[in-house]
Amino acid sequence: MKKFVSAGAFALMAATSMTALPAFAETKVGMITTLSGGGSHLGIDVRDGFMLAIEQSKSDVEVIIRDDARKPELAKSLANEMLQKEKVDILTGIIWSNLAMAVIPEVVRGGTVYLSPNAGPSALAGKLCNENYFNVAWQNNNLHEAMGAYMKKEGLKAPFIVAPNYPAGVDALTGFKSYFGEVEGELFTKLGQTDYAAEIAQIKASKADSVFFFLPGGMGISFMKQYGGAEVGLPVFGPAFSFDEVILGAVGDAAIGVKNTSQWAYDMDNAANVAFVKSFKEKYGRTPTLYASQGFDTANLMLSALAKAAPSDAEAFRAAMKAAEFESVRGAFKFGSNNHPIQNIYIREVVAGADGKPTNKLAGIAIENLQDAYVSECKM
Amino acid sequence: MNIALVLEQLLNGVQLGVMLFTMASGLTLVFGVMGLINLSHGSLYMMGAFICAYVAGITGSFWIGLLAGALGAGVMGAIIELVVIRRLYDRDHLDQVLATFALILIFSEGTSWIFGASPLWLDMPDLLSGSVSLPGGVTYPLYRLMIIGVGIVIAIGLYLLISRTRIGMRIRAGENDREMIGALGVNISALYTFVFAVGAVLAGLAGSLLGVLQSVQVGMGEPMLILAFVVIVIGGIGSIKGALVGALLVGVVDTLGRIFLPGLFSLVLDNADATSVGSALASMLIYLLMAVVLAVKPKGLFPANA
Repeated sequence: MKKFVSAGAFALMAATSMTALPAFAETKVGMITTLSGGGSHLGIDVRDGFMLAIEQSKSDVEVIIRDDARKPELAKSLANEMLQKEKVDILTGIIWSNLAMAVIPEVVRGGTVYLSPNAGPSALAGKLCNENYFNVAWQNNNLHEAMGAYMKKEGLKAPFIVAPNYPAGVDALTGFKSYFGEVEGELFTKLGQTDYAAEIAQIKASKADSVFFFLPGGMGISFMKQYGGAEVGLPVFGPAFSFDEVILGAVGDAAIGVKNTSQWAYDMDNAANVAFVKSFKEKYGRTPTLYASQGFDTANLMLSALAKAAPSDAEAFRAAMKAAEFESVRGAFKFGSNNHPIQNIYIREVVAGADGKPTNKLAGIAIENLQDAYVSECKM
Repeated sequence: MNIALVLEQLLNGVQLGVMLFTMASGLTLVFGVMGLINLSHGSLYMMGAFICAYVAGITGSFWIGLLAGALGAGVMGAIIELVVIRRLYDRDHLDQVLATFALILIFSEGTSWIFGASPLWLDMPDLLSGSVSLPGGVTYPLYRLMIIGVGIVIAIGLYLLISRTRIGMRIRAGENDREMIGALGVNISALYTFVFAVGAVLAGLAGSLLGVLQSVQVGMGEPMLILAFVVIVIGGIGSIKGALVGALLVGVVDTLGRIFLPGLFSLVLDNADATSVGSALASMLIYLLMAVVLAVKPKGLFPANA
């Protein structure tokens, strides 16, 4: 109840300051995200979550949305268009770390604020950190670190680990190993690969006792379908990216019993989240994924900062962002010194839902107040 | 590493190879007979998968979906041949590339317009789910085994069609001398439409079969198209035999490279470096293969008009 009141008071505060400070009306936000191809449901959910928050705030922030089709060169030219032609104040939306690395360093060096609703490559948390770059999701390693810690605690000895060969995939396996230790085997696949027969045969022939894989989007669907068909029989684990609600819908019962790590779950019991899940389902007719929650949080964080300062007043706006005074759907949220979140990572289990279809259920906490491993490399 | 693993990976390579052959044979026939570079072949593959997923979703039967996917792609192929492709035979290759690239864009946008941008999925028929034990201690997914079987049937069927039938004779004649066969009174435009539609049926079939193993999504055809071009360049453009050998070569080299290169590098490098260097080199391997083949035999392994 107390949370309801404080949320209400906060909304009121935001509403009054909206009239006091015209920061909303003048603000233009550019969103470059993946809306087509195998990674499209990630971008669509980030967009829908983001726009839901904008709509609920009743602010008139202008959001320009473009599809990058998971192509780095396209993302880069869209960023140039956003900055030079549209003259946006804030940029956001990129899903994939290889696109993030192509776009973000230049954008933030040029003085534009970038809010990451998904990608968190290690370089941007460490050596390339920047006062204009805020990550509202996680540093790439985080969810994998948590799963490494969890699997170690569960007594698994020899996992086989698989990830695509791109910055987030490298971060994933690094993160996993930093908390688990030595693994039985590891494989990098091609980003966007659709056939995993060779990798699955390799896993089957190894002495592994479990499989950990990070394959977001369509890659995860292909892998799980083929894994089920090959009758490997080893338990699988992964970050939430490999088991979001869309992937579960495609994979079906084969995923039941699988444990995965996430900073958010749709059945988390806090007022902001209950309201978010309800309104998201009402508006879009589907269960939100973690990507939708990240989009929603990104927009609300941005709105909370805009209520205090205009982006043209860079110093004040950055301070308002860093304070992170908003109701996150994942509960407590705060930034570390490198503008990356310090947050709890939870364990979710895939169970049969009320309608018989597999769905994620919150099962416990993996690591409390996890901060990324690169914060000491960031000189800001 | 043991014999069973190597055997299983060889089977995986062959399975990729026969699917590439199914794609590449249409591409190489169209180029050999009509002299046309058809970039939209990947779109026909995608259309096959989408039609299959859609029909299988409605009827609940994968087999009806498979039939619909192959035939649907064939009908689509015949239509674009009649409406667009037909005007391109006498133009130079640049015009053909431009026009068929435009077709890719139209198909991709049209598909995401009709089916939405998020992937569809196809369920494996119960009959073919699960694995079978093969001699040598290999257990192999039944569905993939079926794909290999289908590929072999297609290869034999195409061989018989081209070497033993009247239509095949005309196709071979068309490859050798297009003007002469027209002058001899063969209805050349009907032949062209037929060849194009056969290629489209095969592409649609490949799309439907592989759609079960992957997710059916916009843009799924282009990676296959690139591989199919590598195959026909290696095999010799216009040659069905070349396409078969090239496809098997590419399938096996790609699969074995992906798995065994990182292991090979770990003999000389430490584990993390070996994994990244190995995977990087593995993804280049088929292009290296193509470069080597072209250096030794500039017209491919089995040049059609040698």
